[in-house]
Amino acid sequence: MKMIIAIVKPHRLDEVRAALQEIGVHGMTTGEVKGYGRQGGHSEIYRGAEYTVNFVPKIKVEVVTSNALADQAVEAITQAARTGKIGDGKIFVLDVARAVRIRTGEDGDDAL
Amino acid sequence: MTHIRRLASLSFTAAAAFGFGIGEARAADALSSGDTAWILTATALVLFMTLPGLALFYGGLVRARNVLSVLMHCFAVACVASIAWLVAVYSLSFDDGGAQQAWIGGLGKAFLDGVGPDTLSGSIPETVFFMFQMTFAIITPALIVGAYPERIRFGAVVAFSLAWLFLVYAPACHWVWGGGWLADMGVMDFAGGIVVHVTAGVSALVLAIVLGPRRGFPQEIRPPHSPGMTVTGAAMLWVGWFGFNAGSALAADGNAGMAMTVTHISAAVAALVWAVTEYFRFGKPSVIGIVTGMVAGLAAITPASGFVGPMGAICIGLVSGFVCQWFTTWIKFRIKIDDSLDVFAVHGIGGIIGTLLVAVFAAPGFGGLGLAEGTTITDQLQVQVIGVLSVALWSGVVTWIIAQLIARTIGLRVSEESEIEGLDIIAHGERGYDLT
Repeated sequence: MKMIIAIVKPHRLDEVRAALQEIGVHGMTTGEVKGYGRQGGHSEIYRGAEYTVNFVPKIKVEVVTSNALADQAVEAITQAARTGKIGDGKIFVLDVARAVRIRTGEDGDDAL
Repeated sequence: MTHIRRLASLSFTAAAAFGFGIGEARAADALSSGDTAWILTATALVLFMTLPGLALFYGGLVRARNVLSVLMHCFAVACVASIAWLVAVYSLSFDDGGAQQAWIGGLGKAFLDGVGPDTLSGSIPETVFFMFQMTFAIITPALIVGAYPERIRFGAVVAFSLAWLFLVYAPACHWVWGGGWLADMGVMDFAGGIVVHVTAGVSALVLAIVLGPRRGFPQEIRPPHSPGMTVTGAAMLWVGWFGFNAGSALAADGNAGMAMTVTHISAAVAALVWAVTEYFRFGKPSVIGIVTGMVAGLAAITPASGFVGPMGAICIGLVSGFVCQWFTTWIKFRIKIDDSLDVFAVHGIGGIIGTLLVAVFAAPGFGGLGLAEGTTITDQLQVQVIGVLSVALWSGVVTWIIAQLIARTIGLRVSEESEIEGLDIIAHGERGYDLT
C-alpha cells in the first residue's frame, strides 16, 4: 500500500476529489495547511502597505491506495491540481506498513 | 443654556436656506416631540457606531491574537466615557463657565445636577441632549484605540481615556460647541470635524509616537486578520453616521435631511475614489480600501454636513478620498510613525479637510446653505484655520503630557514577550478563536 500526500491549491480540491473518485479511490483525509516552497510566499497590499505573507494557505490531501492504483492516483491528482502557475504544490508517495478498518478489523488492502 | 446659541445660529442658517420665517424657526422653546423622537433615535445610532461598529472595524484590522483586546478597548472606553460624562465632562463642556466661559464650562451640571425630566434644551429634553452628546464623547476616545493596538497595557487605555476626556475633549468641545472662544469667533463645526476628528486624530498620532511602534514595524507587520469583520464594522459606521451628522441638527427638520444627504454622498464618493486609486496604483481595488475611503469621506463631511449642498459633498468626498489615502502611506512609510490603524491619516486629515473646505462650500456660490451674514469665504477660512490649529496644538501637547505621566507611573507598553504572545491571552486571559 502507498500513502499519497498532496499539497494543492485550495480551489483545486473539488477537482482532485472528483478525479480520485473516478479512478476508484474511495476516501481521503484533507486539512487546511500553510506553508511555502520555492515560491517563497507572496505579498498582499492593504491601505497601500505591502505585507509579505510567508506561509501561503494550501490544502493537504492524504489518500492510501493499493500498490496497483498508486501511480494512477498520482497522475490523477497531478492533472486535476495543475494550473500551470507557480504554487501548484507537490505530491509525496510513502510506503504504508499496515492498514486496519476499525469497525470490522479488516486488514491490508481490504481495509481501504 | 449655552448650546442654544448654536441651535439658534443653525436654525438661522436653515431658515435662510429653506425660506421659512425666522420667527418660526426660532420659536423652539417648547418641547417638540418630533425633534425629541429623532434625537433619541440618533443617540442610539451614534452609540451603535462605537459598539459594535468601530470595535469590529478595528478588530478585523489587527492580527488574530489581539482581536479581543481591541474589542475590549472600545467597550471599556465606552463605559469609562459614559461615567466621566455624567460626573463632570458634560458640565465642563456645556454648562456656563461664568468668568472662564471662553475656556471651560462650569461644574453646575456635574452629575446632571438640576436637570430633571422637564428640563428643556432647545426643543428637546436636556436628558436627550446629554445622552446624544455623550455618544460623541464615547466615540472620540474610542477612535484613538486605532493608534495603540497590539502593544498597549489595558490599564493605560483606561487611564489615558479618562484623563483625555477631562483635559482634551471637555475644553475642545466647550470652545467649539459650548459657547467658548472659538464659538464666539464663529467657527463652523456642524458635527465634530474639530471636536471629534481633529482631537482624536492628533492625539492618536502623538500617542503612537510616545508609545513606539509595534514589534517589527514597518517591515514585519502582519496583514489584517479578518477583512470581513472590518467591512461589517465599517457598514455599521456608515449607518450610524446618519445619527451623528443628521442628529447634530438637533431637530427633525430640513437641515437634518440635507445633513444626511451630503453625509451619504461624501461617503460614497470617497469610497469609490479610494478604490479606483488603488486600482491604478496596485492593479486591484481592495475591500479594505473602499471601506477606509468611506470612513475618510464621512470624517471629512462631518464638520460641513449642515452647511454644504450636494455638490460640496461630492468635492469634499473627492478630496478626502485622495488626500487621506496619500497620508496613510506617508505617515507609516515616510515618517514611519506606527499610528497602527491610521487614525490620524483617516480621521485627523479627513476632519481637517472638511473643516477647511466648509468655509468654501458653505458659500451659496458653491451650492452651500450660506455663511453667516457679512462673512466672506476668506474671513471664515481664517477662523477655521485658527480652530484647527489651536485644537490640534492643545490635543497634541496635552496628550503628550498624559502619555508621559502614564509611561512613568503605570506604564504604557506590555513587555516584548507579552506582545509576541498577544494581548488577548496576556491582558484578558481569553482567545478570540479556538483553534482546537
